[in-house]
Amino acid sequence: MIKVNAMGDPCPIPVVKTKNAIKELKGGGQVETLVDNEIAVQNLTKMANQKGYGVASEKISEGSYKVVMTIGEAVAEEKTEEVCIPDSRGNKLIVISSSYMGTGDDELGAALMKAFIFALTQQEELPSTIIFYNGGAKLTCEDSAALEDIKSLEAQGVEIMTCGTCLNHYGLSDKLKVGSVTNMYAIAEKMLGASLIIKP
Amino acid sequence: MTDKIEFCKGGGCTAKLGAGVLSRILEKLPKAPYDKNLLVGYDSRDDAAVYKISEDIAFVQTLDFFPPMVDDPYTFGKIAAANALSDIYAMGGQVKTALNIVCFPENMDMNILGEIMRGGSEKVTEAGGILAGGHSIADSDVKYGLSVTGIVQPSKIYKNNGGQSGDVLVLTKKLGVGIVCTANRVGEASEEAMAEAIESMTTLNKYAAEICRKYNVHACTDVTGFGLLGHLHEMLDNRLSCYVYAHNIPYISEARAHADEFLLTAAGQRNRNFVGDNVYFENTSFAMEEILFDPQTSGGLLIALPENEAEKMVKEMIDKNMPARIIGRLTDKKDIEILVKGE
Repeated sequence: MIKVNAMGDPCPIPVVKTKNAIKELKGGGQVETLVDNEIAVQNLTKMANQKGYGVASEKISEGSYKVVMTIGEAVAEEKTEEVCIPDSRGNKLIVISSSYMGTGDDELGAALMKAFIFALTQQEELPSTIIFYNGGAKLTCEDSAALEDIKSLEAQGVEIMTCGTCLNHYGLSDKLKVGSVTNMYAIAEKMLGASLIIKP
Repeated sequence: MTDKIEFCKGGGCTAKLGAGVLSRILEKLPKAPYDKNLLVGYDSRDDAAVYKISEDIAFVQTLDFFPPMVDDPYTFGKIAAANALSDIYAMGGQVKTALNIVCFPENMDMNILGEIMRGGSEKVTEAGGILAGGHSIADSDVKYGLSVTGIVQPSKIYKNNGGQSGDVLVLTKKLGVGIVCTANRVGEASEEAMAEAIESMTTLNKYAAEICRKYNVHACTDVTGFGLLGHLHEMLDNRLSCYVYAHNIPYISEARAHADEFLLTAAGQRNRNFVGDNVYFENTSFAMEEILFDPQTSGGLLIALPENEAEKMVKEMIDKNMPARIIGRLTDKKDIEILVKGE
């Protein structure tokens, strides 16, 4: 175990000293850091949690605290832990790939899509995210008939994302009026992470 | 000048007492007798006090001072002054007079103090105010700031809690100056990032405030020691909630790398302790969380106004080279007070 004395050191010095000690371990082991205030304990704990180190702290006396980090061999090689927390909304994803709903008559398709999005705003259980791509990208832009409803969904906490490549393709890059611009990497990640994908 | 300013425990607004501790003490103070002319006092947690002296004029009073966060005394003077003057702009006022507040060790080179005060006085002049005097105290550490008086039309005061559901939020400066200054203190910040932080901290909020006046601003505050989320929490006033769009947050790009290396302030952690329970982060990186909690010195204005006006206002600000962005939206009160949407 390496001992670090960071008594009297203002943040971020205790963290810097501890990081240097962890480097010295060259693999697994323990580092014990002494600090004089609870905020420093919290900042050290925050680092340990982010890095996936084991961490325990205790108050030794007034103005004296001990933080012990345990670094495993594998962890020292910058391993990160994946934690999955199920979303309360069940992580439902809606993908809208066209400005029309269904095939047949496009005028009807456009009206159906507008009605579908309005109907969504009235649902009790909302999707966590709606992704707009290809022709669907037009719906989140200026002059879209569904714009107000999409804004209302966003205001209710639904994440609204539009494919950036698609906006470029249709010359709509500066016309996006709701939500954020996304990329194919994020779209693929959202789809893989969804518990249910709905495509109207 | 060879002497560098001695650092204390992290300068600028990172040296402030935590909001949590402060609220507990303020709540226990006896209430001052009611005076209908005191339009804004500390019970509203606003940026400055406003006292009406006629139907057309109220005076705005504020003070702020802190230890250095940069090595150069002249630059420190400019930053401390820009920070103190900012509260007048956050209330919608104009700067009129300022007084120096100085703590300085007796045995230190007085030329350093001269440089600090030169920086401060230049900023007061730039603000259109008059530096009219001051007080100095012998102390173990350097501290500097201003007491500032401005005026405002009582009907045009920007309170920090006047936001309305549906308003969008505009931030006029980049976040991350606290993290960059902290990284600089341990020799990790690049010259470019530090120059960007200094440029931001020495910029008066006067210019953003002048543009604001053309629009229907519902609420305004400046982002300082409590970080964006701390000041936002006060703006929500227990009656509103909001979304923050992390992908739209302007920040000094290098701050992200330093946050990932845990070069963080104690004040940032205190902000997390104070307001963290009211915040839910959705797909937000650790570094962005830290940037949102980062205490700012001489930070930008945070403004709530209707969306159609905000778009025009931001465009006007961007045309004047300000890094202003729409960063969120106010909603009716919900279970989660501040929902941060991922990058």
